[in-house]
Amino acid sequence: MTNVQITVDGTTYEDEVEPRLLLVQYLRDVLGKTGTNIGCDTSNCGACTVHLDGRSVKSCTVLAVQADGATVDTIEGLASTDGAGGDGDATAGWHPLQRAFHTEHGLQCGYCTPGMIMAAADLLRENPDPSEEEVRHGLEGNLCRCTGYVNIVKAVRTAAAELRGEEVGA
Amino acid sequence: MIPASFEYVRAGTIEEAVAALREHGDEAKLLAGGHSLLPLMKLRLATPEVLVDIGRVDAMKGVCETDDGRLAIGSMTTHQDVMDDPLVREHCGVLAEVTAMVGDAQVRHRGTLGGALAHGDAASDLPAAILALDGTFTVEGPDGRREIAARDFFVDYLTTALQDDEVVVEVRVPKLDGDWGWRYEKFSRVSQAWAIVGALGLVKRTNGTIEEARVGLTHMGAVPVRASAVEDALAGNGPDAIADAAQHAADGTDAPSDLNATSAFRQHLARVLTRRALEAAAG
Repeated sequence: MTNVQITVDGTTYEDEVEPRLLLVQYLRDVLGKTGTNIGCDTSNCGACTVHLDGRSVKSCTVLAVQADGATVDTIEGLASTDGAGGDGDATAGWHPLQRAFHTEHGLQCGYCTPGMIMAAADLLRENPDPSEEEVRHGLEGNLCRCTGYVNIVKAVRTAAAELRGEEVGA
Repeated sequence: MIPASFEYVRAGTIEEAVAALREHGDEAKLLAGGHSLLPLMKLRLATPEVLVDIGRVDAMKGVCETDDGRLAIGSMTTHQDVMDDPLVREHCGVLAEVTAMVGDAQVRHRGTLGGALAHGDAASDLPAAILALDGTFTVEGPDGRREIAARDFFVDYLTTALQDDEVVVEVRVPKLDGDWGWRYEKFSRVSQAWAIVGALGLVKRTNGTIEEARVGLTHMGAVPVRASAVEDALAGNGPDAIADAAQHAADGTDAPSDLNATSAFRQHLARVLTRRALEAAAG
């Protein structure tokens, strides 16, 4: 067993883990943060994407011991509130990407969505105004098996506009 | 999928990594970014008893200029950091361009130059690029350092000239002085997949003629190869010689057949992709 200290979504955890424990299993099974999904488990599909020290990674292909001392951000830490505010707006506090995936219908079953959003968040940090082609290229490590990608790309560009401070049409 | 149990050793320095390899012999594997090794371990195709993590050895990260006028890239530099490095972009832009086509964004954030090369997979993009650049590997073992030329480094399928107790410390590539053009053409089934075949064309242009051409091929054998017949046919000629020269791209290769492509189809791809890459590079 190896001792690790990892800051996840702003909280620092210290645990004894087996070296072979994958980061995604640490998040889900040890911390109970099941917002991050396991998809293909072979570093193809991107469903398990989280940010490791600020960059998007596939957490099924990172050992928890490799993340020792690091900061991990997951989909669960993206919204500023739980969104269930009493002001009648269920999406209050959501990150613009979460809102845009909602309004642009960027999902059907939703399984790929946490990974899509975390990959897109890193993409937009690097390129705040990506073209459609740049979004498609930037998200090539994330697979969606039900919608196709049209609305996903639309959602990312809508969120990008909002993050740039532009008026987003109703 | 969960890897088999192993002992985890984190090396803080190159010396610690070499010492750990020496202690554990062929039961140990080096862990860099883990994007080649961990998938194999999860499939239980690799079951090392000891993993020596070198991903935090700062002495093996970053890019600098060497006394002999080349670039030395630390083996633990991530693909993303290679792509973003100002020295690489200024002096060896072809390496930045090929690196940008490795895997996908998440893979490039974790995977390292040295890890990808030491894995020795001929379907991987970077080995052919380092071969075409006549790069060298600086490796360190118990008896000190030695340099291995790229043409001697890739020995066989997933096999390199590295000894069990040696670590790739850095990769050296030339600064491309003069008017060089390049293009990497990669044919794969889906966008992030391994190359079924890849062809890197690298051309030094002088007054409308091709002074020197280099072609590196991905996945045309157990190791990356140079299309030397094409290179020889082009030196001193104009770009109009490319189409004929590219017909020799598969000469002397031993392309594998697998679920994605027969050997004959790979040879066809090599000829077409080499022509496209060289035409773009010479343009």
